[in-house]
Amino acid sequence: MPCPTKEFRIMNPIVSINKLCKTYASGHQALNSVSLDIYEGEILALLGPNGAGKTTLISAICGIVSPTSGSVTIGGYDNLRQFRKARELIGLVPQELTLGAFETVWNTINFSRGLFGKKKNTHYLEQLLKDLSLFDKRDSELRTLSGGMKRRVLIAKALSHEPRILFLDEPTAGVDVELRKDMWNMVARLRKSGVTIILTTHYIEEAESIADRVGVINNGELLLVEQKQSLMQNLGKKQLIIELRETIDSIPASLNHYALDLVNEGQCLAYTYDTLSKQTGITALLQAISAAGLSLRDLHVKQSSLEDIFVDLVKS
Amino acid sequence: MNLRAIGVIYKFEMLRFWNTLFQSVASPVISTALYFVVFGSAIGSRIESIDGISYGLFIVPGLTMLSLLTQSIANASFGIFFPKFTGSIYEVLSAPVSFYEVLSGYVGAAASKSFILGIIILFTASFFVELKILHPYWMLTFLILTCIAFSLFGFIIGLWATNFEKLQVIPMLVITPLVFLGGSFYSVSMLPPFWQTVTLFNPVLYLVSGFRWSFFEVSDVSVGLSLIMILVFLGACLVTVSWMFKTGYRLKQ
Ligand SMILES: Nc1ncnc2c1ncn2[C@@H]1O[C@H](COP(=O)(O)OP(=O)(O)OP(=O)(O)O)[C@@H](O)[C@H]1O
Ligand SMILES: [Mg+2]
Repeated sequence: MPCPTKEFRIMNPIVSINKLCKTYASGHQALNSVSLDIYEGEILALLGPNGAGKTTLISAICGIVSPTSGSVTIGGYDNLRQFRKARELIGLVPQELTLGAFETVWNTINFSRGLFGKKKNTHYLEQLLKDLSLFDKRDSELRTLSGGMKRRVLIAKALSHEPRILFLDEPTAGVDVELRKDMWNMVARLRKSGVTIILTTHYIEEAESIADRVGVINNGELLLVEQKQSLMQNLGKKQLIIELRETIDSIPASLNHYALDLVNEGQCLAYTYDTLSKQTGITALLQAISAAGLSLRDLHVKQSSLEDIFVDLVKS
Repeated sequence: MNLRAIGVIYKFEMLRFWNTLFQSVASPVISTALYFVVFGSAIGSRIESIDGISYGLFIVPGLTMLSLLTQSIANASFGIFFPKFTGSIYEVLSAPVSFYEVLSGYVGAAASKSFILGIIILFTASFFVELKILHPYWMLTFLILTCIAFSLFGFIIGLWATNFEKLQVIPMLVITPLVFLGGSFYSVSMLPPFWQTVTLFNPVLYLVSGFRWSFFEVSDVSVGLSLIMILVFLGACLVTVSWMFKTGYRLKQ
């Protein structure tokens, strides 16, 4: 596994997952020997298709699912044997809208705070509700809230005890654009205050825009964890788009040994190359093109997005 | 120990009680009153006194036990079943609390509610009959032990139940018959010898008998035996719940 950037590397991991396996009673193996270190202050995005094991991984870390084997330490404490010390550090926002029905917003966040053994702090909780635009709903019963509001209440509950590590299991599923933006602002603020954030998402743009590192899970296996930039560099492909002056029907035979595609109804040639290889072959290609009697109008370069990388990884 | 966690669970559960105070109190009070009208006054006036105690008075301890048992089980089982049902139990599972702290919060609250109800029922009864309690401290001891033991039993049912039907089935099919056949409304000595022996296997008999003794000093079995049996039941529930917690039974996959 590649090293995280310098600022993270000098610290010990705040969450350390060691060969975690989980086989459900049904016999389904949801996690297959997952090992992962998470560093203080980073934002880690976990990507993976439905049923990949993201929720199972988070649940096993937080103590909701008992792992079949393997171990997890949080802040240096074993999450089972020293569960008090370990769990105090964690806030969890579950994927499902699992809330009670009849208690009020205010009571439920006070309940959460107390459950984690923290002294009452009206000022902090009021501010929290204001930050999440829930303050005017504080006396409403949970069952009367909309889905997006419930999602925010779950976030408020997770933050009510001032955790150092926050797990967000698909926080933006079913959330409107406005709220999604607010949520990412909040994540940025939390991160500034030193909170480590682990989130799962299906929106790859999200991971792309806010995460420091990205992990990809499929079929219970962690396929890779990497710095977002190096992931894009290493696995990303670049495409050189060569616009021609006149359209052609087929690629001239002299260009056959280049991996070229004819795109845009014969107006452009697309040349895909690996950014890592020493020789991209661009110079030779351009010479060969002019030798073939084609003249160029324009050139531009396209880089593959995280989404392309993800699709490639999960498919293979 | 995470005392704050026990505190908030207890408070949360009690809040549910106060918010639904009318339902919580009205139904046991009304049913008690009905029993007194029907058995105490209408039929009871035709029944000769048992062990020198008028029938209306005789049924007070049994009647209280009937409500206490059903309410303890209903409250405690619902208290843990509902968060399991909505999924909000995830929070308790991921919090820095031990299972015993969770248990203390839920069972403590359910037992407190039953205790309050028990007192209210006795108070209601005092409007219909002239209540005398010969051993008030023993009465309270039996009352409290019963509340705790059956709230614990209800908690187990709440953990075990996977749907609302299962939540109802034990109180309906097991508890109600045991209470009615456990000498709540008659003295066991009125039964033929064979049925007397059968009744000895009914745990409710020991509860009612001990409780009744604290009122009138009459009992079907000795008080010491009653006390032992209730402690045995309490112990058995504790062992069961510990096993459930250790294996994560129906709480954790
Ligand atoms: N309680 C359970 N019992 C049996 N199998 C389960 C249980 N929970 C999850 N699974 C299975 O484990 C696998 C991983 O599920 P998990 O919920 O971790 O996926 P996920 O990556 O979170 O998916 P999604 O993106 O849909 O949320 C799935 O195949 C699922 O069917
Ligand atoms: Mg999931």
